[in-house]
Parts: sequence; C-alpha cells; structure tokens
Amino acid sequence: MATQLEPDVHADEEAFRTQVQQFLAENFPAELKNKGNALSGVEGPTNETPAQKAWREAVGERGWGTPTWPKEYGGGGLTKAEARIVEQEFAKAGAYNPIGGMGVMMFGPTLLEYGSEAQKSEHIPPICRGEIRWCQGYSEPNAGSDLANLQTFAEDKGDHYLVNGQKTWTSGGQWADKCFAIVRTDKSDKHKGISFMLIDMDAPGVEVRPITMISGTSPFCETFFTDVKVPKENLVGEEGQGWTIGKRLLQHERTNISGGGSLARMMGQSLGDIAKKYGATDADGQLADKVLRDKIADFEIRWNSFLLTARRAMEESKAQGGVSEISSVLKKLGTKLSQERSELLIEIRGLQGLGWEGEEFTDGELEAVRGWLFGKATTIYGGSTEIQNNIISKRVLGMLDHQ
Amino acid sequence: MAVLNEEQEMLRDMARDWATNESPVTEFRKMRASGEPQAYDKAAYATMAEMGWAGVIIPEDHGGSDFGFMSAGLVVEELGKTLTASPLVATTIAASAIILGGSDEQKARWLPKLASGETVATLAVDEGAHHDPSAIEASVSGGKLTGKKAFVHEAHGADLFVVAAKDGLYLVEKGDGVSLTTRKLTDQRSHADVSFDGAAADKLEGGGDSLLDDVLDRARVLTAAEMLGMAQQVFDVTLDYLKQRVQFNQVLATFQALQHRMADLFADLAQMRSAVEAGLQAVDGGFGVARAATIAKAEANRVLHVISNQGIQLHGGIGMTDEYDVGFYLKRARVLEAAWGSSSYLKDRFAQLGGY
Repeated sequence: MATQLEPDVHADEEAFRTQVQQFLAENFPAELKNKGNALSGVEGPTNETPAQKAWREAVGERGWGTPTWPKEYGGGGLTKAEARIVEQEFAKAGAYNPIGGMGVMMFGPTLLEYGSEAQKSEHIPPICRGEIRWCQGYSEPNAGSDLANLQTFAEDKGDHYLVNGQKTWTSGGQWADKCFAIVRTDKSDKHKGISFMLIDMDAPGVEVRPITMISGTSPFCETFFTDVKVPKENLVGEEGQGWTIGKRLLQHERTNISGGGSLARMMGQSLGDIAKKYGATDADGQLADKVLRDKIADFEIRWNSFLLTARRAMEESKAQGGVSEISSVLKKLGTKLSQERSELLIEIRGLQGLGWEGEEFTDGELEAVRGWLFGKATTIYGGSTEIQNNIISKRVLGMLDHQ
Repeated sequence: MAVLNEEQEMLRDMARDWATNESPVTEFRKMRASGEPQAYDKAAYATMAEMGWAGVIIPEDHGGSDFGFMSAGLVVEELGKTLTASPLVATTIAASAIILGGSDEQKARWLPKLASGETVATLAVDEGAHHDPSAIEASVSGGKLTGKKAFVHEAHGADLFVVAAKDGLYLVEKGDGVSLTTRKLTDQRSHADVSFDGAAADKLEGGGDSLLDDVLDRARVLTAAEMLGMAQQVFDVTLDYLKQRVQFNQVLATFQALQHRMADLFADLAQMRSAVEAGLQAVDGGFGVARAATIAKAEANRVLHVISNQGIQLHGGIGMTDEYDVGFYLKRARVLEAAWGSSSYLKDRFAQLGGY
C-alpha cells in the first residue's frame, strides 16, 4: 500500500483538515466533550439541551453528519478521504456525530437508491439535519424470522392507501416521527405482494405501545395501524417491489449491528484488567483464579480475531468495490461474542455484577447488567443467527439441491 | 483473503498451480511409501528452491527476494493445501534466526545456501514432548554444545541446526557429535530426537535478549500459515462432498443441521484466516509481533482442530479410510497444533502479554 499521494491532493486534504479544525473550535460546545450522542440510539427520548441542539444544527447545516451523501439533498458531498478527516478530527476533539439513528444507518441509504426525486428531496435533508427520527415497521407477531409472512394490509383507495394491521419490535417507535414499513398490497403472492411505504407516526389511527423487556427498558414498541391513510406519493419504488427494497435495507442494518467500530469501542477495556480489580492476583501479578484466567484469554483471542475479520472485510470490500464474502459472518460472530463477553463480565464480578439498582453498585456495573440482558436480543433481531446461518450456507456456500 | 500486491498475487498463483499440478496428495502418498528417512522428495524441494520459495524472507544481497513473511505465508498456505512434504517451513524459520541474530559473516555464509536450497536447516528448541522454551538444559562450553532436543522437525534432511541453549541460539552443523533417533509420528513426516554431544557450535550473537522469542513467533506464524492451507482444503473438500453425497434421496447439503454446521465452520475459518494473515503482516511491519503471532497460532490451533475433526465426521465412513485423503490432514493437524505452542501454552502467553 505504498501509494504516493499527489502533492496537490495532499495539500487539499490538509487544507480541508484545517477547515474541520476551525469548525470544531467555533462550534463544538466544550460541555459536550467526550459525551456520546444521546439521540443516536433508539432508547432515549428527544429532549435536547441547548448545547446539544446547537451542535446538531451546526453539523447538520454542513451535512457533515452524513458526510458522503450528496450535497443536493443536504449531505456533506465529501469524498471518502474527506469523510475520514472529519471522523478523525471529531474523534481528536472528543466530539460525537450528532446525526444518527435509523434514518442515517438504514433508511437514508436505501431511499437514495430507490426513492423518487420528490421523495429524496423531501426526506433526506431532514435526516441530514437530524430533525426527523425514523422507525422501522418490519416485524409482526406472525412475521419474525419469516418476515415475508407479514399481513399488515394496505388497501388501494385511489389517491391513498388505507393501512390496517400490527407491527411489533418497533425500535424507538414511541419517539419516532415517521416509519418506513413493508406492508402487503397483494394477498395472492407472498413476496411480490409486498410494498415499501412511509407512514407518519402522528397520522390518525397509529397507536404505539412500548414493550417492557427483560432488561427493564422499553426500547421496542407494538405499533397498531387502524384505517391509517397513507398518500400514494409515500410508496417507495413500485407496488410489489417492497421485498427487494426491504431486503436491501436489511443489509445496511446487519452491517451496523455487527459493528466493527462501535463494538470495538464498547468492548475496549481488557477483561483481564477488570478481573484484576475484582479478584486476587498471585506473586507474579497474574490472576490467582487460573481457570478464569484461561477463560478470559480464550475469549479475548477469539474477540481479537473477530476484530481482525471485521477489518479484513472492510479492506476487501474497499479493494474489490463490493461486499466481501465474509461480511455475512460478521453479524453472527459479533453478536455471539458480545453476549459471551457480557456473561464473562458477570462471572468476573460475581454477585456484584448482577445488581439491578442501588447505590452499592457503580453505574458501570448496573449498565453491564442491563446490557447483558438487552444483548440477548442481538442474536434474534436483524435476522437471527439461525437466519444468518441459512444465508451463509445457501447463498455463500451454495448448499442447495443441485439434483 | 488479505488484499495482495501484484508480486504476492503472482507468487500465490504460481504456488497454487505447482501444488495442484506437481504436488497433489498423491505425491505425499509416494513419499510415505518410499520410506526415505528425510520424508520429502529432494528433487521437488530443489524445484521449489529454484522458483525462489526458500529465499522469500532472505535479503536480496544474500540471494533471496526479501518479499517478507506475508509472501512466504502465501506459498506455505498453498503447499499446506496439498500436504506437500518439504523442509521449506523449517528452513525458513531457521533462516529467520540467522537474519535476526547472525553476524555479517554468518549471514554471508549460510543465507545464500538456504535460499538456493543447497542447505536445509531447522530449529531445535524443545527438550520434551511439550513446547517449553523456559525449560532448556542444553548448554555450551568452550564452543561445544551438549544436550538433547526432542521431536525436531525435518531433522533427517537438515544440514544445519539452529539450537537453543541456556544462553542463546547456536548454529550446529550435521556431523561429529550430532546423532539422530527417529521418532515416527502420525503425520509420517521427519521427526527425530537429536543428541548433541560436544558438537561444534557457533553462537548467534545478535538479536538481543528476545532473539529466541522473536524466532519462535516467526515459527508460529509460518506454521499457522501451513495450518490455514490445511483447514481451507478440508473445508472445501468437505463442502464438495456434502453437495454430492445423496442419502434419503437428497444431497446432504440440503440438510439444515449440516448447513448450519458448515456456516459455523465457515465463520471459524474466516477468523482463522484473519488471525494468520494479521500475524504474518505484523512480522513484516515489525509491530506487536508477539501478540499477533500468539493470536495467529492460537486461532490456527482452535479452528484446524475443529475442522479436521468435522472433516472426518461429515465424510462419514469413507473419511475413516486410508484411501481417502481427509485423514492425513487430521494427523498432520495434531502434530502442528503441538508445534511451538499448544492452545493452553498460547493462552497462557496471551494472558502474560496482556499483563494478567
């Protein structure tokens, strides 16, 4: 990789870097330094502090929260190299990207690919400015892993559809402004009867009920549609194209769940270091519990080879200009290993690592418990591990009936 | 597969073509039947050296190509796929010791001969059945080395031994004071206990206190590259078999229990490849070598162990026969798993490097 940068390209990039640094100096509120983006997840309501709002608006105005999206729709219009510079300089300054959520991770890229000109002009700019929160209307009570079995029906009423049915596991549904949904427009064909449409969450007939999870949190909702009017212009693509568009969106979802970046941050601290705080060490400074020490080393070696695999997949897709054939294994590996880590963390901390509430526990301990429980969802949602295994064996390995 | 440069792609393609056409597993069977003590085809090794493979990590001014460990790993991986029996890995590991620790004179004397294939060399460290570089008794007094080394790889073909003694690494030539006792292992390759009784020894003075560890890390990543080729081959052959074998009027590949097992193995193999390639790249980059090499060999051990077992299980009865190749991979796998660190040794080392 000894590619020599052209001197003028290099100079341009350095000039851009200075521009980003100036922007940060002028706009990033000091009180937000090293804080995460409170609004990027699906678990929090949308009450911003004035500083958070100012920061979001400053980044949104430039489109740097969605740096490589086209400028005409409010994106940054940056090259990949420039986007990297933004990322690097934000990280150096301890600044988070205030533009996030499902609109950025899943819906935006899909709409840019399949949406009409009018749809892109209407929906992409508010995503780039972080003004609109999207939720995903996919799963139903009888359409989980068998997603195409969905029954929510959109009846053609001339200038609009009349939607009736129920969605479930709607992440952040109670805080979302809009929903991208796959619904049935034709009952005669399982896959070709599905369409992709956009529904306002404040439209009459939309009702949202949060579901309390084993972790005690309510990040998911049940969403009911009763005679909800959806204008025809909210259909994305053609009628019957919803399964194709919907699956494309799931690829973005999988890439985001398997993580690489965010997972690496989350799992940064060595379990060995944590274990030394909670347990005894011997004269050599090693963990006295040799069985636990072995378990930790065993895990951390496999965790490292997963991170190396995520990096390799990224390098391969960059070089090939397409998706690496191992990208399909990242979700399966990353979610399993994250769960394993949570379990190991509990074993390291003993009962101190199972606290539900109370001041005798640190915030870190309590968060780990909730994270451990919520983490059980990661091998179920976004295509369960079993579904990933089907995809890997059939699509990648070609294990089909050749006879 | 790591992103390769043009030279590396050419090297890999050349190795793949040669291994597939000139050194398929039938050649391994011929070697086994021949009963030659050195357990490799000397003409084949000469050809490999002519193609430059023995000099991939050796500097150009000593007759090599200086392409580095990632490139060496590509060749070794391809040879691992067909179980090519040769002293290439052993000689490359020994060469790395001379490159890291040798004087200019030692380098000038030995490296060109190793690169040309004229001299075969091997590393002798362990004195028992387990890898344990902390338990070395061999010692040197007045330039004479005395001690016993156990299960030395490629000992029968070796003209030169790189021997770990208490106070460092020494070069010892085959000849007076060096005697071999053959230890026939399940992989049918060359292994021997080597006894050094006052053999003339020439110390590798360079490389600092970490020389032995540094050489062992290079041994680990190269061995892991051979194991990667083996795991890939067993996986590929097993997948083909599942697509052809019919039971209950269906090809086995359509059974979900087998599909999901193969998906698991595919994910394991992806991790193994990432770890091994990162280990090879770390040696070339000179950064974080100890940790990367430990991860590489530990993952190679874990994944090849599982895949070599599943290779037999998924083939069913035919996998148990000597006529079928898959059993050879199982037997070689266990020998290489023990080489330069078993899984428990490597986990202990990883924890030590991590400070716990």
